[in-house]
Amino acid sequence: MNNDKVITADQLTKRFGDFTAVDAISFDVHKGEIFGFLGANGAGKTTAMRMLSGLSLPTSGKATVAGFDVYRQNEKIKQNIGYMSQKFSLYEDLTVKENIRFYAGIYGKSDKFIKEKTVFILKHLHLESETNKLVRSLPLGWKQKLAFSVAIFHEPQIVFLDEPTGGVDPVTRREFWNMIYEAAESGITVFVTTHYMDEAEYCSRISIMVDGRIDALDTPQQLKKTFNAASMDEVFLKLARKATRGE
Amino acid sequence: MNAVIVSNIIKRYGTKKAPVSALQGISFQVDKGEIFGIIGPDGAGKTSLFRILTTLLLADGGTATVDGFDIVKDYKTIRERVGYMPGRFSLYQDLTVKENLDFFATIFNTSIEENYDLVKDIYSQIEPFKNRRAGKLSGGMKQKLALSCALIHRPSVLFLDEPTTGVDAVSRKEFWEMLKRLKEQGITILVSTPYMDEAGLCDRVALLQSGKILSINTPQGVVNEFGKTLFAVKSNDMLHLLNDLKQNEDIEDAYPFGEYHHVIMKHGGENELKDYLRQTGRQYEMKEVRPDIEDCFIALMKN
Repeated sequence: MNNDKVITADQLTKRFGDFTAVDAISFDVHKGEIFGFLGANGAGKTTAMRMLSGLSLPTSGKATVAGFDVYRQNEKIKQNIGYMSQKFSLYEDLTVKENIRFYAGIYGKSDKFIKEKTVFILKHLHLESETNKLVRSLPLGWKQKLAFSVAIFHEPQIVFLDEPTGGVDPVTRREFWNMIYEAAESGITVFVTTHYMDEAEYCSRISIMVDGRIDALDTPQQLKKTFNAASMDEVFLKLARKATRGE
Repeated sequence: MNAVIVSNIIKRYGTKKAPVSALQGISFQVDKGEIFGIIGPDGAGKTSLFRILTTLLLADGGTATVDGFDIVKDYKTIRERVGYMPGRFSLYQDLTVKENLDFFATIFNTSIEENYDLVKDIYSQIEPFKNRRAGKLSGGMKQKLALSCALIHRPSVLFLDEPTTGVDAVSRKEFWEMLKRLKEQGITILVSTPYMDEAGLCDRVALLQSGKILSINTPQGVVNEFGKTLFAVKSNDMLHLLNDLKQNEDIEDAYPFGEYHHVIMKHGGENELKDYLRQTGRQYEMKEVRPDIEDCFIALMKN
């Protein structure tokens, strides 16, 4: 069981001056899990994600991601993860094909690999006829699906998704989650944040951050039982209302 | 009298060769004192519509009045009478909280004191930080300051463009409670949101998708229009359950919905669905449920 842990965090802490953004959080994420990372604005989610993706050094505590240490091997971490957010994902003024080529190139994939996989992905997304169109001209839903495919193009062990479905229509949002399931089935671990509480139900396990700490971590079913709540929305409100700090 | 009348508004962007239709002939009316929600995903046309109604953008076709005034001819009068909170934070980051509010009050020839009663409920929550620069505020506080600034001249119609986007569930609930209290003061509120669950908090809603209105009704009315029986099914393997459901030709639609999958039958009803689920050999739990706005939106999108 131990060696299928793709993320381990032990008392992971980040302070900015006298402000403790992330306060000694500990948790493990297993291979192929869809791990929902929830919390109110300002709870510390972004800071925690930045540490786990090798972009920010912790103040104290331990963590490994894809088997690499967040202090000493952050470049290795970056090579072994994928990342996508609502705000930044693709270059609008590059074509669909150019975006894929660019990202895959950054991760050092061979031309042959890129060529073959590009064909496969465009077919899977039904984007073959849009290959040479600027990403700018694609509808938001397509952009997000393409961005996700690009984020896992280099076959990372883990993909971090920061509010990937914000503002997306309800049909596309579900298609997007279908892609998340497919990725998880193929063995990619998914670490995802969302403000949609129905999406929390789709996760294998959920952690909820409040004031820099993880106040709850369990399966959605168990969390609802523990907090005597009918929905994840209710669980979230019960926990987040305890928060004492703003953003 | 209607606070807002919109008839056949059209807006296009892009070039003549490659036009992008943002609004394809939108019509609706908003009653005085109503909270009217424009519900739709990104790219539906919500912001274009709000910018046209607040006289910041010209439509390519159609007409509209706000508070009885024409959006083209009487644009100056409208600007005095509406409050507008754009989707992107648009206050002066390097002015303090109080300076921002003072600034907006002065532009409209009024003062904070004169209309304090109107903004008190909201502004008092950020008043302890009145000397802090707006750029240093948290997201929730910025939202409250922006709303205060949009209200300080006592507008008759308030336009709020996605005030709760990116805001967590707790702050969203608080925001809607503030809107309810503003409505009690007689202000008409047009509010847009991509969150379907907020539709229920409006008096009436227009569901907007790709520049077209799918439905205009009370939230209850939208649900009543659904017209089909909706089932919720769950099992211990939701992914494969969904695949099974999608393969059955008697099933019109099946999609994830929180901890359940929602299922609409093409032929037959509860018994047929139960029979099929039994055939798959899965343990399952099934019940009939009331559709909510998101179910309606999905059904309307697919039609």
